[in-house]
Amino acid sequence: MTAAPTTPETVQLPPAPAGFRAAVRRMRHHPLGLAGGGLLLLVVAFCYLGPLFWKTNQTDVNLLDAALPPGPGHPLGTDTNGFDVLGRLMEGGQVSLQIGLLAALFATTFGTVYGAVAGLAGGVVDGFLMRLVDVLLSVPFLFFVLILSARFHANAWTLALVIGAFSWLISARLVRGEVLTLRVREYVLAARVMGASRRRIIFAHLIPNAMGVIIVNVTFQVADAVLVVAALGFLGFGLSYPTTDWGSQLASGVTYISADYWWLIYPVGGFIVLTVLALNLLADALRDAVGRKAD
Amino acid sequence: MIPQPAVATDRVLSVRDLAVEIRRGERLVRPVSGVSLDLHRGETLGIVGETGSGKSMTGLAIMGMLPSGGRVTQGSIDFGGTELVGLDPATYRGIRGNDIAMVFQDSLTALNPTRRIGDQVAEPARLHLGLSRRAARRRAEEVLALVGIPRPGERMDDHPHQLSGGMRQRVMIAMALVCEPKVVIADEPTTALDVTIQAEILDLLDDLRSRLGMAMILVTHDMGVIARHADRVGVMYAGRLAETGPTADLFERTRHRYTQALLASIPSLTHDRGEELYSIGGAPPDLSAAQPGCRFAPRCAAATDECRTEQPPVVAEGAHAYSCWHPASGPVRHTAVRIAERPRPAAVTETGPRLSVVDLHREYPAGHGSWFGPRRTVKAVSGVSFEVAAGETFGLVGESGCGKSSLGRMLVALDRPTAGEVVFEGRSVTTMRPRELGPHRARLQMMFQDSSAALDPRMRIGAVLREPLAIQGIGTRAERTATARDLLADVGLPATVLERFPHELSGGQRQRVALARALALDPTVLVADEPVSALDVSIRSQVLNLMRRIQRERGLSSVVISHDLAVVRYLADRVGVMYLGKLVETGTAEEVYAAPAHPYTAGLLAAVPEASPTGQAPRAERVRGELPSPLDPPSGCRFRTRCPLATEVCAEVEPALEDVTATHQVACHFPLQNKSGGA
Repeated sequence: MTAAPTTPETVQLPPAPAGFRAAVRRMRHHPLGLAGGGLLLLVVAFCYLGPLFWKTNQTDVNLLDAALPPGPGHPLGTDTNGFDVLGRLMEGGQVSLQIGLLAALFATTFGTVYGAVAGLAGGVVDGFLMRLVDVLLSVPFLFFVLILSARFHANAWTLALVIGAFSWLISARLVRGEVLTLRVREYVLAARVMGASRRRIIFAHLIPNAMGVIIVNVTFQVADAVLVVAALGFLGFGLSYPTTDWGSQLASGVTYISADYWWLIYPVGGFIVLTVLALNLLADALRDAVGRKAD
Repeated sequence: MIPQPAVATDRVLSVRDLAVEIRRGERLVRPVSGVSLDLHRGETLGIVGETGSGKSMTGLAIMGMLPSGGRVTQGSIDFGGTELVGLDPATYRGIRGNDIAMVFQDSLTALNPTRRIGDQVAEPARLHLGLSRRAARRRAEEVLALVGIPRPGERMDDHPHQLSGGMRQRVMIAMALVCEPKVVIADEPTTALDVTIQAEILDLLDDLRSRLGMAMILVTHDMGVIARHADRVGVMYAGRLAETGPTADLFERTRHRYTQALLASIPSLTHDRGEELYSIGGAPPDLSAAQPGCRFAPRCAAATDECRTEQPPVVAEGAHAYSCWHPASGPVRHTAVRIAERPRPAAVTETGPRLSVVDLHREYPAGHGSWFGPRRTVKAVSGVSFEVAAGETFGLVGESGCGKSSLGRMLVALDRPTAGEVVFEGRSVTTMRPRELGPHRARLQMMFQDSSAALDPRMRIGAVLREPLAIQGIGTRAERTATARDLLADVGLPATVLERFPHELSGGQRQRVALARALALDPTVLVADEPVSALDVSIRSQVLNLMRRIQRERGLSSVVISHDLAVVRYLADRVGVMYLGKLVETGTAEEVYAAPAHPYTAGLLAAVPEASPTGQAPRAERVRGELPSPLDPPSGCRFRTRCPLATEVCAEVEPALEDVTATHQVACHFPLQNKSGGA
């Protein structure tokens, strides 16, 4: 009646794809997320591959062709400096996306380490580190950037650094919360019983298990950073000539709003909205796919 | 409403050929397929089954509260002449909570934490009976008194978190009863509670049912609860009703092979410890796949080709009905598999105990009582001492909150005691520095309760099993994989499992992996904290047998911590009973279970429902009331507040552990067995 205890039982194993593959599979059933991902790919392709097919002069001012409405040769017209708007959109998009990605990566990397250290250490160290975050969160961002831009000239790197320096706080809080719940999981306790070092626990157990949350957070942060770059450009604290970004383009377009130069506003505005929307849709879908609440 | 035909039946609910399906993404699961049952006035129908047997879904289908994506695909639910399947939502709402009410399992999530309990109990009365606020409140107070809430008028303004688990469950019952329903569906009403509270709640339900003349469906996984409290039983397996019948008849003249096997695999308080538990191999089937024939056939010892191809018809023998091609003729008499005597005396050369615990204390800070008051502490463990010899299994039992898990963590140095020490193989692990502790850890391992939480979800089983070896720096990668393979074979799993992720395995398989991992470093002491609590009965006996075999083969010393007295009895040679951070009784398993000396032990044993409807006379008075707060434990004997024998001495003098026999100690002024030494 009873099976001999040493013979392995016949185990029915479902051929279920695991972990990452399962997440990808779930993504497929998320039409909005797929749409977001596709849209983002299109925007990236437009900005980076577009210039290969649509060659324009984006360095020499040509006042003869300034502010032409859309027409032959210039499908989206030209701006007040005579640059082709379509080409300008590609160039500005590259810069905006780069800054967004850079800022998000910087913020997430630093925030993850900071949050993990605070969460694992606990006690006084945790208290101190997190109060510091509270203090920094209460510094008004725009005011701070205004002062900086009055003293320094921004380039893509410094802009990304400044944005990152403000947005890592959110990542830090998020990762700390995650680590607080992960560090008392039984598999972490089991690793401690086996004699695992703190380093091993962080890298073998805590970070891989917090990865889902971290990836989702990066995606949201890129979207936020793209918006912030646009806002800064619009307020005039963006990049200076000859580099450009979507925010600065929007700002110069708005100056001529009474002149009815609509092609200087709607295309770039549309691109900002589309990009941020695509990123948010993607992040939402990723969050569902990794099965956790990220914010 | 259709007028009820004037039949001389007192049937209140009749379910015919009910089938439910649930769509989850692209998967279609059929948790219930073809269930028929009747419920008569004033009776308790027990529905028993393992996880995924469809017992809860049947209850939810009757309530019309299937989860999203779920629907009734066939059959009918007739409630006093009203067809409930396909009833319009508004009419259903009028019946739900009014004529048919439900008691849920988890009172902490089923009660709204932001509302006063009085308002929550009054709510159905206002909705269904149309009572005014004042009248509903009066009615709520009445019902709260009925379910045994002391001073209901005062407690009505409490919020759920201010009540204990047992009290919350009473509030839930009050909510269900406030409209005097005809049918109450209790879905695992006591699973989250301790045995002593469980016994009280079930008695209360019994009492209310007979006083109010309602019918009750008791959904549970616990055969013991069924045996004690149900008039009729329906045993479910994989969405089908395997067997139904009057309780005594079903237990004594078991016909279905699954029921028979299930009953045999439950460890009881009277089981011969020399015998292995009967165990059902394999795991329940996947309900998303269509399966011809009897669903139990793949795990059934008596299965033939007929069972695998054709679904057995329902055979009725009076009130007893079953669907099995090869019915059994009663319960399994004995399993006949004796456990090999362990080769003890010759093999063991150690003289001292392997693990000893000396006057261990653990207090957790719990904030201040008042602003300027002294800092208060939760006294989780207060002075526990015991020893575990080589090859011996020590069992720790007690209700939740008695400090047994805190103690377990200190044993493996996951937590440091406030005072006292843990001595492992002659050295104190309590005072050791973390760096020194590392190598010692290898020989002192722990097995956790929840196998889904104890295995890192991002690691394949191969990596999980290699991890302990990698941490301790043993062998090359290839050698580690070979060891992992051996370990898997040892716990009865095929090597193909190495490439799997934990979530691809079943609960029982994961717990086997957890055991294999704990054994990877070849420990001499294994601490198992509730090793089988998360498992279903049929899987539980597999794991219990496995643990017992491994303990014996390896000469392992172990400490088994559990709230389940039968589990501890099956695994342990010696037992310690804990109450509020203190050891109140220790002795060999035989002594403690057959002749308990402490009133608490006796009360605990009396509260355990045995899976047999006969011989239910309680051997001792049950433990009443609730566990006092460990913030402020009672003076003297900590058990005195709930003890039927307590006198003034108990409040003043704390009893010490004294000998009853050479191996049996008790800490009580009025022990139930004569002490060997004193008067």
